[in-house]
Amino acid sequence: MKDKKICGVKIGEYGAFIALIFLVLALSAISPEFRTASNFLNLLRQASFNGLIAFGMTCVILTGGIDLSVGSTFALSAIICAEMIMYGLPAPVAVLFALACGTVLGIVSGLLVTKGRLQPFIATLITMTAYRGMAMILTDGKPISRLAEHCSSGSFIFKAMGKGNLVSIFTDAIKIPIPAIILIAVFFAFYFLLNYTTYGRRIYATGSNEKCAALVGVNINKVKLSVYAISGLMSALAGLLMISRVNSAQPNLGVGYELDAIAAVALGGTSMNGGRGKIAGTVAGVLIIAVLNNGLNILGVTSYYQEVIKALVILIAVLSDRK
Amino acid sequence: MNVEMKGIDKSFGTNQVLKNVEFSLRDGEIHALMGENGSGKSTMMKILTGVYTRDAGKVFVDGKEVVYNNPQEAEKAGIVFIYQELNVLFDMTVEENMFMGKEIVGPFGICDKAAMRKQAQDVMDKLGVNIPVDAVMSDLSVGQQQMVEIAKALMVDAKVLIMDEPTAALTQSETRTLFEVVKGLRAKGVSIVYISHRMEELFELCDRISILRDGEYVGTRDMKTVTMEEIVQMMIGREIGERFPKREHKIGEEIFRVENLNHPKLFRDVNFNVRAGEVLGVAGLMGAGRTEIMHAIFGNMPNVTGKVFIDGKEVSIANPRQAIQAGIGFITEDRKVEGLLLEKSICENIEIANLDRISENNVVSFAKSNELAQAGIDDFKIRCFGTDHECVNLSGGNQQKVVLAKWIYTNPKILILDEPTRGVDIGAKKEIYNVINDMAAKGVAVIMVSSELPEVLGMADRVMVIHDGQVAGIIDGAEADQQKVMTLATGGSL
Ligand SMILES: Nc1ncnc2c1ncn2[C@@H]1O[C@H](COP(=O)(O)OP(=O)(O)OP(=O)(O)O)[C@@H](O)[C@H]1O
Ligand SMILES: [Mg+2]
Repeated sequence: MKDKKICGVKIGEYGAFIALIFLVLALSAISPEFRTASNFLNLLRQASFNGLIAFGMTCVILTGGIDLSVGSTFALSAIICAEMIMYGLPAPVAVLFALACGTVLGIVSGLLVTKGRLQPFIATLITMTAYRGMAMILTDGKPISRLAEHCSSGSFIFKAMGKGNLVSIFTDAIKIPIPAIILIAVFFAFYFLLNYTTYGRRIYATGSNEKCAALVGVNINKVKLSVYAISGLMSALAGLLMISRVNSAQPNLGVGYELDAIAAVALGGTSMNGGRGKIAGTVAGVLIIAVLNNGLNILGVTSYYQEVIKALVILIAVLSDRK
Repeated sequence: MNVEMKGIDKSFGTNQVLKNVEFSLRDGEIHALMGENGSGKSTMMKILTGVYTRDAGKVFVDGKEVVYNNPQEAEKAGIVFIYQELNVLFDMTVEENMFMGKEIVGPFGICDKAAMRKQAQDVMDKLGVNIPVDAVMSDLSVGQQQMVEIAKALMVDAKVLIMDEPTAALTQSETRTLFEVVKGLRAKGVSIVYISHRMEELFELCDRISILRDGEYVGTRDMKTVTMEEIVQMMIGREIGERFPKREHKIGEEIFRVENLNHPKLFRDVNFNVRAGEVLGVAGLMGAGRTEIMHAIFGNMPNVTGKVFIDGKEVSIANPRQAIQAGIGFITEDRKVEGLLLEKSICENIEIANLDRISENNVVSFAKSNELAQAGIDDFKIRCFGTDHECVNLSGGNQQKVVLAKWIYTNPKILILDEPTRGVDIGAKKEIYNVINDMAAKGVAVIMVSSELPEVLGMADRVMVIHDGQVAGIIDGAEADQQKVMTLATGGSL
C-alpha cells in the first residue's frame, strides 16, 4: 500500500528494471557499437563475476548482515586453485577444492558473527583483511600466470569455465559466454531458494525481526552462518571464473569488489537493514553497473569521470526507489 | 483548553477509516474515547496533533480554527500525545529520552546534565515511580518504559493531554499512581483524552465518553449516567453477554510440570503444574518475574536450572526450537519487539511459525500459506485489507490477533500467553477468551499471565501469584478474589 503505483505496477519493486531499460535505450541510441549482439554478450560475461558475488551478498544483507570479505575470498580461493594447478593436481580437483575453501572462508566470517558475536561489518572487515594477507603470503605477492598450460589434466574444463562460449546451433555469430550461463543458472537457484523454500522464509524472518524469528523456532545462528557460507562459495566461484578467463591469478584480484556487489544489492531495492528485498532486483542492479561500465568505456569516458557518473546513477536510482 | 473536531474524514489508500467524525473536549475534563480495535481512535487523535493530515473536516482549539502540520506544532500549542506505540530510544538513558529535542543547554551549547537529571528525577518523584533516570531504556520493562513516556509528556506544560492506552502495560499499583497524576492534572485545568479498552478504568476516571464504531461517530455520553451495557451496545452494535465465557469441560490429567526452576538473579524455586484443559492464571506485580519465568520455560534464557516434565516425562528445553517441538506455544508480552515481523504481511507472520504445515520437502506452497492466513483472518476476525496487509498498519488489537493466530495453528499441547489481551477491545477480548476456552476444551494446558486482575479471576481455574521471583501461592479459582491475590502479590500471606 505504501508503494507508488503506476498503471497498477508497483514501481518500488521494479524501479531498478525501469532504470536499466532506460540506460540501455539511451546508450543504444548514442552508440552503435554498444547496441551490437556481441557487445551485449560480452557485457553479460563482465556482469557475471559481480553478479555471482552480489547474489551471495543479497542473502547476507537480507539477514541484516553484510559481507565485506567477498573480494578477498574471491582472490584467496582463486590463488588456492592456481597453486594447486601449478602443483600438478588435475584442474577439476583444484576447482572443487577451491570452491570448498571459499565456503569455509565464508563460514569463518559466519562464526565470528554468530559464535563470536561480532557485528557483521567488523567480523568481515577482519576476514577481508586476513584473507587478502593470506593470498599475498601464498604467492609472495607475485602473479601466477599461464595456468591453462600448467594443468596436468582437465585444462579444457579450466579454460571453458571463464573463457568458453556456448555456440548457438543456428548461427555461430551468437556465442553465449559460459559465465553468463552459470550466472543465469545460479540466479534461478537463488530465486527458488529465496521465494519457494522454508529456508528462504527463515532468511527474511531473521532479517526482519531476529527476536521474533528465534521465538518461533528459527535457528537464527544457523541461518546466519549459512548465508556467509553461501557468500563465500559464490565469491570463490566468481574468482575461479575470473582466473580461467584471464589465465592467471594474482593476489590483488577483486580489490573493491565488495563495493560493487553492495551497490548492486542496494540498487536492486534490498533494504540494508535486512528483511526486505528481491533477488531479481539484484540482477537489475548488477546489470545497471555492468551496462554503465561497458557503455562509458565504449563512449570513451575516462575512468575518473566514470566513477563519478556511476555514483550519480546509483544515487538517482536509489532515491527514486524510495517509498 | 477545549477542542472541537468536526466532519473529519480520513482514508489510507482506498480504505476510509474515518467518516464524518466529530469530537469535542471541554476545559478540564477527562474524556474517554472508546471503540473496537481499528475503529479509528488513534487515527482521530493523530489527526488532531498533525501526525496525519485529514482529508476533510475542521479542528477548533478554544474556538479558533487551527491546522497543525506536525506534532511539534501541536506540542507548542500545548497539545501533547502519549502514543500507544512506545516511542523510545532504546540505547539511551531515561533522562536522555525525556529531554530529547529539548535539552537544557548552558553556555557554548553544552548540555547541563546535572540540571536535566534533577528535573527528570523531580518528574519521576511527582509520578511516584522508582525508575533510575540514568538507566538505559532497553534495560527497563515495557511498563517502566511506558511510565517514562508519561513522564516525558508531563515535562511539557500540557494543556491538552492525549493518552492512548497508557495503562496497557502497567500493573495495578502503577495504574493507581497514574490515575492520581491524571486527576491532579484535571484539577489544574488540563483537558485529557483517555483511550482505553478497560471499562473499569473509564468509570473510575472519566467524565464523559465518546464512542466510535467502524470509523463513524456514534455518540457522547455522561459517564455518571451511562451503563457498561450501553457502551458495549454503542461500540459493537450488539450485546456481548457474559464478559468471561464459561467453560463446561472436565479438567484432565497433569500435562505439564515445572520443578525447581531457578535463575541466579530473576527467580527461585518455581514449582507448578498444569493439567489438560486447565487454565492457570499467573498474577503478580510488574517486575515480579512472571515474564522471565515464561521465557525460561520456553528455553529463551540462559543460566536457568530446573526440570520440566511433559506428560510425565522429563524434557530438556535449551532453546525455543526444542520448546516448540515439545509442544509448547508462547505468545509473548511485547508484540512489537518479539511477537511480530512488523514490516511483514499477516501471511508472512503466520507462515513463519507454521513452516512445516505449509511446506513439503522444505518447498513452500503459496496456496497453503495463503489459505492459512485467510483462515487466521476469518477465525480471529482480523480487521485488514487482506492477507498481504502489513502488520505495522494494523491497529494494536488486530496485531495481537495475528500473534495468536500464528501460534494456535501450530497446535500446541501447552499454550503460554503473556498478557494476551493487552490493548485489545472488549469484543475482541471475548473472542480471545473464546479461543482460550476452545484450546482448553481440546485438552490444551493453558498458562495465562495477565496484569488485568478481573481477567485472571474471570478466566483461571487456578491462580498462581508470583512475588519477587517466587511462587507466593496458588489459589483455587473459585476461592480467588482481588484481595487474596493482591495480598500474595505484595508479599503478604493468607
Ligand atoms: N498508516 C496507516 N496506513 C494504512 N492503514 C492504517 C494506517 N494507520 C491506521 N490504519 C488503519 O486505520 C484503521 C484505524 O486504525 P486506528 O489505529 O486508528 O485504530 P484504533 O481505534 O486506535 O484501534 P486500537 O484500539 O486497536 O488501537 C485500521 O483499520 C488500521 O488498519
Ligand atoms: Mg489505537
